[in-house]
Amino acid sequence: MSALPFTVKIAFSSAAVLIAAPAFAASGEATVNPLAALAYLASGVLFILALRGLSHPESSRAGNRFGMIGMTIAVVTTLVTHDIASIWEILIAIAIGGSIGFIIARRIAMTDMPQLVAGFHSLVGMAAVLVAAAAYVNPAAFGITDAAGILLPVSRVEMGLGAAIGAITFSGSVIAFLKLNGNMSGAPILLPARHVLNLGTLAAILGLIGYFYFVPSPLVDTPWLFWTVIGLAFAIGFLLIIPIGGADMPVVVSMLNSYSGWAAAAMGFTLGNTAMIITGALVGSSGAILSYIMCRAMNRSFISVIAGGFGTASGDGEKGEKIDRPWKAGSAEDAAFLMKQAETIIIIPGYGMAVAQAQHVLREMGDLLKEEGVSVKYAIHPVAGRMPGHMNVLLAEANVPYDEVFELEDINSEFSQADVAFIIGANDVVNPAAKTDKSSPIYGMPVFDVDKAKTVFFIKRSMGGVGYAGVDNEVFYNDNTMMLLSDAKKMVEEINKSLG
Amino acid sequence: MDFISILSIFVMACFVGYYVVWSVTPALHTPLMAVTNAISSVIIVGALIAAAAGGALGGEEAKWLGLIGIVLASVNIFGGFAVTERMLAMYKKKERK
Repeated sequence: MSALPFTVKIAFSSAAVLIAAPAFAASGEATVNPLAALAYLASGVLFILALRGLSHPESSRAGNRFGMIGMTIAVVTTLVTHDIASIWEILIAIAIGGSIGFIIARRIAMTDMPQLVAGFHSLVGMAAVLVAAAAYVNPAAFGITDAAGILLPVSRVEMGLGAAIGAITFSGSVIAFLKLNGNMSGAPILLPARHVLNLGTLAAILGLIGYFYFVPSPLVDTPWLFWTVIGLAFAIGFLLIIPIGGADMPVVVSMLNSYSGWAAAAMGFTLGNTAMIITGALVGSSGAILSYIMCRAMNRSFISVIAGGFGTASGDGEKGEKIDRPWKAGSAEDAAFLMKQAETIIIIPGYGMAVAQAQHVLREMGDLLKEEGVSVKYAIHPVAGRMPGHMNVLLAEANVPYDEVFELEDINSEFSQADVAFIIGANDVVNPAAKTDKSSPIYGMPVFDVDKAKTVFFIKRSMGGVGYAGVDNEVFYNDNTMMLLSDAKKMVEEINKSLG
Repeated sequence: MDFISILSIFVMACFVGYYVVWSVTPALHTPLMAVTNAISSVIIVGALIAAAAGGALGGEEAKWLGLIGIVLASVNIFGGFAVTERMLAMYKKKERK
């Protein structure tokens, strides 16, 4: 934490630069104001610090403040270094958007974070399209014209890419939002010849952007071109996401996160703005790394996720399949009795916990057990939930201390010493078929070794449903497994009653 | 700025992003997405320029495109930072007895 005062100093000194900036502000748009450039650089650095802060929960709050300061610097710098026709319109626009955003952020339930993030991505994408369109119709304001007032070729490519990526981000995120929010079925929608269609559209977009470069005067010769690029990009964003199933949504959300960054970076090239370029690169790599982590945690290639078609609509849903193998059913009383006797319990939450909103009663269960002297730990798989880190946020919301929550690699060796593995709303992430059955669709995916625990409690709505991957789970039928068939929240409430 | 300087900044920033993001603890991946969402709305800078200019040929259309862009980006900036703040406030350490 010794670095903190220094970085705060940086933040303040760049704010001081800003206050001085108006006096030096150049009035012509095309000339680069060195102080403005410095201020943008400072906000870029603050954005890096914002992400750096997230390396630990302790430093994360300071990091978020750095992000806010960085954003303020970027906005104020832009306003003070440009001649403004009407400041009121701008302030009203900020006030409208700001209050909508603020109210949404206050009211959103933590279980709905994935769709919120997808919705926000769509806005960044649309904003990128609008900025590109504005730069296209009024290039002089952005200082991207040559002496004759014609759009610079290099800027055309940059804004074409920015608009296209922005449009893909927008329509893709809208579909992701609808799927996550349940307005649209999570089942993959597979169009015939979709790969040909997608690749063809992509090639058309790139071809048109290439052609854009060589047109002598785009506004006169090819007024249709720029808008066609945007239209095709909207279409491909839509086409890319509809075939992707619900289980792959963590990858999709991360991928769209990445796209929104690349769109911002492309527009940063157009404007020659360091804050936008640094941010775009940060966000772009962040989303790309998260997509990679998600794919690795499912042992799937990025290409196969994008190709789509994986997963079914119903998660822990009722499929009505006949299960003829014997399995043991347990009651809340049995579970409560056995857990009271236990020394160590590892709880594995999954998306079903989020759906049932069971995180609060689960924490109560943990507290009751701790009073009995039981050691309680939580184990989280990277792909649990509908977005990276989703389970961690829900547990944090329920006041579970973050030092009781462990990642897959850190806790997997502890199952052999654990008395109880308590699985709530998870399925594929505890399926041993991932280790043993080469024909299984989830083969190779890292999973929790729950079968090594002395007793396994498996909360599930019914025996009919299988996980997103649509595969049966050997753990159900093990001798040391007790199936607790009920709604997750109800079951945990009953266990709490028996414990209390 | 010339294209090569911009490209250099971009490439370097990609490397910085790579190392910084790998150092983010997996427990904070959801706040990471929310905050990257907020900061990528720095694209508001472009919308502000368009909205500020006005006047010239195509300026009126650009102004309105810019203003809508400002509204959308502001939703994201305020919403993104606020929801990140809200989430981060929930991460607590174990209380020592």
